[in-house]
Parts: sequence; structure tokens; C-alpha cells
Amino acid sequence: MSKSSFPTAIQRSNVPVTIDENKCIADKGCTVCVEACPLDVLAINPLTGKAQMTFDECWYCLPCEKDCPAGAVSVEIPYLLR
Amino acid sequence: MNTIEHAVDVLVIGGGTAGPMAAVKAKQVNPNLKVLLLEKANVKRSGAISMGMDGLNNAVIPGHATPEQYVREITVANDGIVNQKTVLAYARNSFAMIEELDRWGVKFEKDETGDYAVKKVHHMGTYVLPMPEGHDIKKILYRQLKRNRVEITNRLVATRLIVGQEDGRIAGAFAFDCRTADFYVIKAKSVVLATGAAGRLGLPASGYLFGTYENPTNAGDGYSMAYHAGAELSGIECFQINPLIKDYNGPACAYVTGPFGGYTANSKGQRFIECDYWSGQMMQEFYHELESGNGPVFLKLDHLAEETISSIETILHGNERPSRGRFHAGRGINYRERMVEMHISEIGLCSGHSASGVWVDEHAATTVPGLYAAGDLACVPHNYMLGAFVYGGFAGESAARHANEHGQIEVDPAQLDAERQRVWAPLQRESGLPPAQVEYKLRRMVNDYLQPPKVTRKMEIGLERFDSIRDDLEVLHANNPHELMRAMEVHAIRDCAEMAARASLYRTESRWGLYHARVDYPERNDADWLVHVQLHKNAGGDMACFKRPLEPYVIPVDDQEKTAYQRLRISSTNTPEAVAP
Ligand SMILES: Cc1cc2nc3c(=O)[nH]c(=O)nc-3n(C[C@H](O)[C@H](O)[C@H](O)COP(=O)(O)OP(=O)(O)OC[C@H]3O[C@@H](n4cnc5c(N)ncnc54)[C@H](O)[C@@H]3O)c2cc1C
Ligand code: SF4
Ligand code: SF4
Repeated sequence: MSKSSFPTAIQRSNVPVTIDENKCIADKGCTVCVEACPLDVLAINPLTGKAQMTFDECWYCLPCEKDCPAGAVSVEIPYLLR
Repeated sequence: MNTIEHAVDVLVIGGGTAGPMAAVKAKQVNPNLKVLLLEKANVKRSGAISMGMDGLNNAVIPGHATPEQYVREITVANDGIVNQKTVLAYARNSFAMIEELDRWGVKFEKDETGDYAVKKVHHMGTYVLPMPEGHDIKKILYRQLKRNRVEITNRLVATRLIVGQEDGRIAGAFAFDCRTADFYVIKAKSVVLATGAAGRLGLPASGYLFGTYENPTNAGDGYSMAYHAGAELSGIECFQINPLIKDYNGPACAYVTGPFGGYTANSKGQRFIECDYWSGQMMQEFYHELESGNGPVFLKLDHLAEETISSIETILHGNERPSRGRFHAGRGINYRERMVEMHISEIGLCSGHSASGVWVDEHAATTVPGLYAAGDLACVPHNYMLGAFVYGGFAGESAARHANEHGQIEVDPAQLDAERQRVWAPLQRESGLPPAQVEYKLRRMVNDYLQPPKVTRKMEIGLERFDSIRDDLEVLHANNPHELMRAMEVHAIRDCAEMAARASLYRTESRWGLYHARVDYPERNDADWLVHVQLHKNAGGDMACFKRPLEPYVIPVDDQEKTAYQRLRISSTNTPEAVAP
């Protein structure tokens, strides 16, 4: 199958999780929120060394926020549901 | 991408609620067994009870209820279609499980005398035990896993069960790592399936794929795996539909608010159902009211005293769905000032709330030798969290005994190759369809064609659509292991959609209120349909349904009780404009 048979575009979306990069201590080895998330949508950004939301697939269940030792995570209700 | 082989005695798939209990109980039967708990997410925060739970919905506590009474209640609530032995086995072990959880440190509400403070929410008996401090439950389970030396692997997604070619006995499972895409062959002498509900079947009205009632990690993988392993499933046509806060996917929670004086009301603030316990009949009345001139439906709390409302807020905004408070704040809604709009959820398959699941007996055994099932995906109607724990326990004990008595079956290399190829294909294709788009389309079709009230011709068209989406599965493309997980979930969701359509078409009557309301077969027909509808992969490899007669009841139900759930509507609110059926 040739590549051109499935052309795709990248679409932006507003995601519900914000990480306060001044507070996040992922650069010291923390991955608590990444491990807690049941949907596996958080990851450490190799460029910034901080956690971020990588996939817009959130259940707004809050373990990431509750378990973060630095108080760096805030979860909002996703825009479509607000 | 590597292939990793691993051998254990007992493999437990799904580390949410039933799974950890199964693993612990298997170890307690025989501490020498190698027991592996395999989880798609991370057992510390996975599953329906990820953040905790507001209470036990079905506690059978001496002095408040008897096992016999509970079996009658569930028999009636599920319109007679139950294998009573399985419900009775739950009910008889319910209290012992509460005491065990209590010893482990789970906090239940007690009165001044130290007795459990059980509340009445059901139509007939008293079974709801609040857990206002229920947020620690995953921590407590994790401690038990460690104490009992259960082996744990996180972020592995099971995709198929391995079944012996000759005797159809279980031999383990295939899985992959959702971060590396490594392929796993896990050999086991017995397997417990505890992967929860099929929660990503219907599409929430917002169109948001992950805004489901159920934890969306539970995409129905277990239903699909059991089906492909040759197991019988039952009651698939008895969908799960829940009353929710409109736009917020948390339960409206009359169970929590009911004992405080809150209730479900119409737009005039009137009660229209006698009892807020979730059943198909209750959902039918809810749906009638929602679609009538008295709609929509609301959760009414604004008549309650300030201190009562703040107690309710502490529970509802703190435990199982704590983002609820943020949702209300965002819309400027305060329980004190006005009623909160409610709506009905998307459809799902879940025996925890309704009755769809893998067929099990009173020892949690499925029809596949060596395969056990527990929790939301095992067919023991209205089993909820405590049922998941009790059947998790049964499944673990049965699986341990089976592993004690049986050897390991060799894995057929051809079966291994075929599955590894199926799993890796979306990563290996150069281009193709994005999993999220295929999932959106599939689930929109589920809404369009399967959402009750059910119409025969619509469901037939639905089947055609699901069949053509089968071709799309062959061109799914994943950019990374995470997307691969979503791609493989779409396979499972498609299987569940087909099962939901076929089982619904097979039962040519209406039953369970809204859950199986068939517009063109509006009447309940006990003469032909007081039976289980089973679904399996037949000898020709096709999806087929058949009738399984009810086992004679072990607890008789009298005629007065039998119709109790058909008399839920408060007569003064009969709505002439209510819609069919
Ligand atoms: C919002 C909500 C509120 C509820 N409130 C109550 C209540 O107040 N009282 C009550 O009694 N009950 C309540 N319930 C029901 C109760 O929580 C469930 O019945 C029970 O927790 C189900 O347990 P389970 O083990 O079957 O599923 P879960 O606990 O959901 O566990 C399933 C696990 O399987 C994992 N998994 C899924 N697919 C795979 C795969 N392919 N490979 C590996 N792992 C996989 C998941 O990650 C998950 O950890 C509620 C449910 C929900 C969703
Ligand atoms: S848990 Fe908090 S500190 Fe740790 S990585 Fe996540 S955001 Fe950063
Ligand atoms: S709210 Fe839940 S789903 Fe969303 S990022 Fe946090 S842990 Fe993950």
C-alpha cells in the first residue's frame, strides 16, 4: 500500500492537564504522574525534562494531580464538557 | 521490538478490583505458586476504583438483609434471568468479604454502636453501605499484593488467550507492552480474566472518546478475548445504561444522596420513581420522563439543609469521581441553589451494573477449562464492587486449585506467529487509518444503530457497518506503541459491537426495561424467553447465539415480588405523552 493512499493531517486540541514546569521535578527522576495515569497519556518531555500531556485521552480521574509530590499537576474538565 | 517468553502457574489479567483479589487468594491457597498479575495501566491506580469508591451497593449484612432476600431482589431486578446459584454464592460470602476488607483497613460507615450503617436504596431490601473515606482502597489492595508476594507487570496489554489445540484447555495469554511494543508470550496453567467492563462501546453525547462512564482503559478487551478463546458469553443484549450528570460522566449518585434525602426528579421537582436503584425498569422510567414534557430529569438536593449538602459534597467531590466539583464550579452550579440536570449514559457491557458477561458458575469457572472470570466482565448480574471482590476471590482459589492439578500445555508456534503478526501490523504498516478516527466512526455507529429503544432493521444495518469496519482494522496504522494500544482496542470494541447487535437481535421480545426495549417486539414473552441468551464462536468460526435454559430457582420468588420492579413509577406522575415502548 503506498503512503499516499492514507493522507493525514495534524489537528491541534486543547488538553486538560497543565504541568507547572517550575514545580515539576521530573529532571530529578520523578515519574509519579506518568506511572499513575490509567490511560498512559502523560510523559516526560526529553527536551524540557518536565512532565507533559502527550495524548488527549483523559478521564479527568485525578491520580496524576493527587499523587504528584510537587503539586505541579492541575487537571481541568476537558473543553468539550465544560 | 522483542519477543519475551515467561511462564507462571496462575496468570491474572487485569489489576483493578477483582484481579488483585484473585491474585492474593491464589497465593493464599498455595504460596508456592507463581502468580502473575498483568495490568494494562498500573495496579496502583487502575480500574473503576482508581480514586476510591463511595460505598458498597450490595452489602448483605446479617441483621439488615439475608442472602435469600438478596437473591430474590436480584432475581426480580433482573427480570428472572439469573443463575441463582451464582448470586447466592456471592450473597453468602458478601459479609465475610466486608469483614476481611475491614481487617485490611478499608473504612466503612458505622453507627454509634459500631454496627455497619447500611442504607435502603433498593426497591425491597437494605444493602447500601457508605464508604465516606473510601479513597484508600487501591493502596490497601497494593499492600496485600506485596505482602502475599504476587508478581506484577504494568503497562502490558493482553490481546488473546492461548488455548491448547487438542483439549481446548487454557495455556496462557499473549500481550504487548504499550510503551515498547515488545510482544509477550505468557504461559500459565490457569488464567483469571478480570479486565472489567466494555466501557468504550457507545459514544458519549459530547463525542469525546474517553468521556465514558466506565474507566476508558476498560475497552472490552476481555469480552473479545473470552469470545476468541471459545468461551460462552451471556446476557450481552442486557446493556448497561446509567443515569449520569448531564455532560459529566460521573454517576448522578442517588445512592449517595438518597439516604440524605436527595432524589431523582422531573423538571417540576417531582419524584417520578419510587426507588433510585439502577435497573432496566428504572432506566425506562428515567428515559420516559427525559423524553416527555416533564423532562429533562434532575438530581434534587436544593431542599436539603446546609450541613447535609456539605456532607454530600465532601463525598461526591472527594472519592470516586473527584473532578465532579470542578465540573459544577465551571458551570456555576451549586447543589443549594438549583437542581442538577441529569442524562443517560452511552451504552456499555457490564455485569457489575447490569448483566452482560462471560458465563461463569458459582466457582467463577467459565466454559473453557482452566479459564476463570470475575468482576464486571463475568456474568453475575448487578455484582458491583463487592461482587468483584467476592468473585475475584473465588476465581483466584479455583485457578490455584486448577494449577495444582494440571501441567503446562505447550504453545503452538503457528498460533504465536499469527498473533504477533496481528499485533505488530499497525506499527509495521507505512501508512493507514488513525485508530482514533476508526474508533469514533465505530462508536458513532453503535449509537446510531444499537442505542435503545432497539429497532430490528437498524440493528441489521449496524451489523453491516460493523462488518465493513472489519476491513478498516486491516489498514489501521500506529505511529508508536501507545497508538498501537488504541488500535488493538478498536479490534475489541468492534467485536463487542457485533456481539451487542447479534445478541439483541436474537432475543425477540422486550425485557429489562430500557436495556432491551425492542420497539418491534414490545412485550415481555416469558413462554419463549425466560432463558439465558448465550453467545459464542461456533464450530464454523462464526458468532452464534443459542438459548440456555434457566436452572431451577434455589430461592423461590412469589408472584407479588416478581412484579415489584414493574411498579416503580409513582402513579400520580403518569405521563400520558410518554414515548413508546
Ligand atoms: C464511576 C464508577 C462508580 C462506581 N461506583 C460504585 C459504588 O459506589 N459502589 C459499588 O459497589 N460499585 C461501584 N462501581 C462498580 C465497581 O467499581 C465495579 O463493579 C468494580 O470495580 C469492577 O471491578 P473489575 O475488577 O471488574 O474492573 P476494574 O476494577 O475496572 O479492573 C479492570 C482492570 O483491567 C485492566 N485491563 C483492561 N484491559 C486490559 C488488558 N487488555 N490487559 C490487561 N489489563 C487490562 C484495567 O486497566 C483495569 O485495571 C462503580 C463503577 C464506576 C465506573
Ligand atoms: S509527578 Fe509531579 S513532579 Fe513528578 S513528574 Fe509528574 S508533574 Fe513532575
Ligand atoms: S486525570 Fe487521569 S486520565 Fe487524565 S492525565 Fe490525570 S491520571 Fe491520566
